[in-house]
Amino acid sequence: MDFATVIQILDSMMRLSTPLIFACLAGLFSERAGIFDIGLEGKMLASAFFSAAVAAFTGSVLLGMMAGLTASMLLALVHGMASITFRGNQLISGVAINFFASGMTALIGQNWFKLGGRTPSLSGDGRFLPIEFPFAVNIESVPILGPIYSELFSGHTFLVYLSIPTVFLAWWILFRTRFGLRLRAVGENPEAVDTGGLSVTGLRYQATLICGLLCGLGGAYLSTGMAAGFIRDMTAGKGFIALAALIFAKWRPVYALLACLLFGLLEAIAIRFQNIEITGLGTVPLQLMQALPYILTVVILAGFVGKAIPPRAGGEPYVKER
Amino acid sequence: MNSQMPKWADVALIPLLNLLLAFLVSGLVVLWIGENPLHALVIIIKGSIGSAYSWGYTLYYTTNFVFTGLAVAVAFHAKMFNIGGEGQATLGGLGAALACLSIDWPHWLLAFPVIVAGAALFGAAWAAVPAYLQARRGSHIVITTIMFNFIAFALLVYLLVHVMKAPGSMAPETKTFPPGAHLPTAHEMLAWFGIGFPKSPPLNVSFLLALAACVFVWALIWRTRLGYAIRAFGFSEPAAVYAGISPFRVIMISMLISGGLAGMMAVNTVAGEAERLLIDSVQGAGFVGIAVALMGRSHPVGVLLAAILFGILYQGGAELEFELPAVSREMIVVIQALVILFTGALDNMVRMPVEKLFIRMRRGAP
Repeated sequence: MDFATVIQILDSMMRLSTPLIFACLAGLFSERAGIFDIGLEGKMLASAFFSAAVAAFTGSVLLGMMAGLTASMLLALVHGMASITFRGNQLISGVAINFFASGMTALIGQNWFKLGGRTPSLSGDGRFLPIEFPFAVNIESVPILGPIYSELFSGHTFLVYLSIPTVFLAWWILFRTRFGLRLRAVGENPEAVDTGGLSVTGLRYQATLICGLLCGLGGAYLSTGMAAGFIRDMTAGKGFIALAALIFAKWRPVYALLACLLFGLLEAIAIRFQNIEITGLGTVPLQLMQALPYILTVVILAGFVGKAIPPRAGGEPYVKER
Repeated sequence: MNSQMPKWADVALIPLLNLLLAFLVSGLVVLWIGENPLHALVIIIKGSIGSAYSWGYTLYYTTNFVFTGLAVAVAFHAKMFNIGGEGQATLGGLGAALACLSIDWPHWLLAFPVIVAGAALFGAAWAAVPAYLQARRGSHIVITTIMFNFIAFALLVYLLVHVMKAPGSMAPETKTFPPGAHLPTAHEMLAWFGIGFPKSPPLNVSFLLALAACVFVWALIWRTRLGYAIRAFGFSEPAAVYAGISPFRVIMISMLISGGLAGMMAVNTVAGEAERLLIDSVQGAGFVGIAVALMGRSHPVGVLLAAILFGILYQGGAELEFELPAVSREMIVVIQALVILFTGALDNMVRMPVEKLFIRMRRGAP
């Protein structure tokens, strides 16, 4: 494997990790506030569809993204209503939202565009275009540093550059602000928060809305940044890989970034090499690479490599004493 | 669970209201995309129960949903949420296929028990790992079973592409099963009694197996010591432990039965219909099982009724696509999602006001 190949793989890792990072942070906010969310997948899918559909109608990717974010946040509100107000089962609500998004996007997509659930291909202002760094073309020929700068760092879309600062912003909000402290408290010990005179319901709704917003960004990136349009069920399990990354990172933002990069790297390798030859061991099949994030998560969950302990009040509806 | 309501309201009225809400919203969706919901309803009903032919398809789908619905229901009784029906049914397909291909079966009656055992065993084995991790290491069963769905699919693709593919074939599928492993269809079985039935519907002997599974689950949960242990554990873990019930044993056994039931779905799809192992033979039936179990309140009778309802929706949905091109097949996925949402997650939205109503009625009465 030569240097150019390594750069190409790392470059595609950056692209493939971006939706995972957004979705993983979305799950982080929600689960840290005590709301399990296995509906990340559905919210991303809804946002991917509405981003692409509205961008196709208006020709403006920003309007598209707004529509995508709205759709994702509306689904987040439904999840909030089911799990906070009506104290329903959060897992079941997540399952329902995944199906709803999968069915609705295909149904409306076919109804609006008659392309078998796809949206028309986006071009020009209809999608996020790569941002070229200054002098990227000029120094491309410089050995080692040239390709790193021009290919790995430069030439991604806006949302890729947004994803990494978002991780640190999430860390800062959760661990360095009063709001973050309260949010984490509501996921660990809602009784204490309630006794402190704060609204458990309000905090949890805010967390689910942030979750919807971040899922929306991930979905918008899928259909208007990474691809040029929406295709049916295009999230293809990314919401679940993000969930896996969240557990892998044990609900910590910076580790979540690393986990998402790792899973993105695995996907990039699986795409680049169909089968990987390892001398002495034979061939590693493509399917094993695809299953690896899930297998790693099970291993982590099994507690053989450190113990993954979720927020204590996760999944429990809060009932105020009367 | 609560004394405010009579039992009939809890068992029948609330699920019915939930279902009504789900259908109401589905109707609004149909209206929104510019079709008449009542017209759509008529097409669905005609297309699914209007003729012997359509019944043949409806009950074929029902068979799948009975198995996956019972699988989720048994786990629910032990307070385990088994989302892994999809993966367990995938592995069940592998077990069924291996049983069918193992020898050149002389007669289906000999093959049938082996196929059933193969499907159930592989499905149960796939549920065993998440169950063990839950029982011994406390790993959340919902997450592990989701992960195992993806791993199952990757495993099946690998096996079909690299190991089990029929020689000379391009498609990733096994060779067709030997004729001795052919399970009798409704057409053939009813012909034994001189009753005519259309030839093409895939309804087969597995439907009877599904009915037997309902009886088995009913007897297991409500008529055996083990069933009592499962229900006690699901109701209150500390109380069950106090009564000397081993959580490890209950979790393992209930999840193995659950996985086995999900796996047995493959008897219908792989051995009964396709007669070879294909990449995607489950087609979301594992997830429909969640909706079926929720709607059926985890009771075999409820599961059977809910499975018939979803059979009607699946078969009727296929007809819907023919008749109203604006409403594609995904409408069924939307309805399914709304049923899960309203009966599972938003149950209290209906329950709270109904409860209040009953309380007020009781106060009003002398």
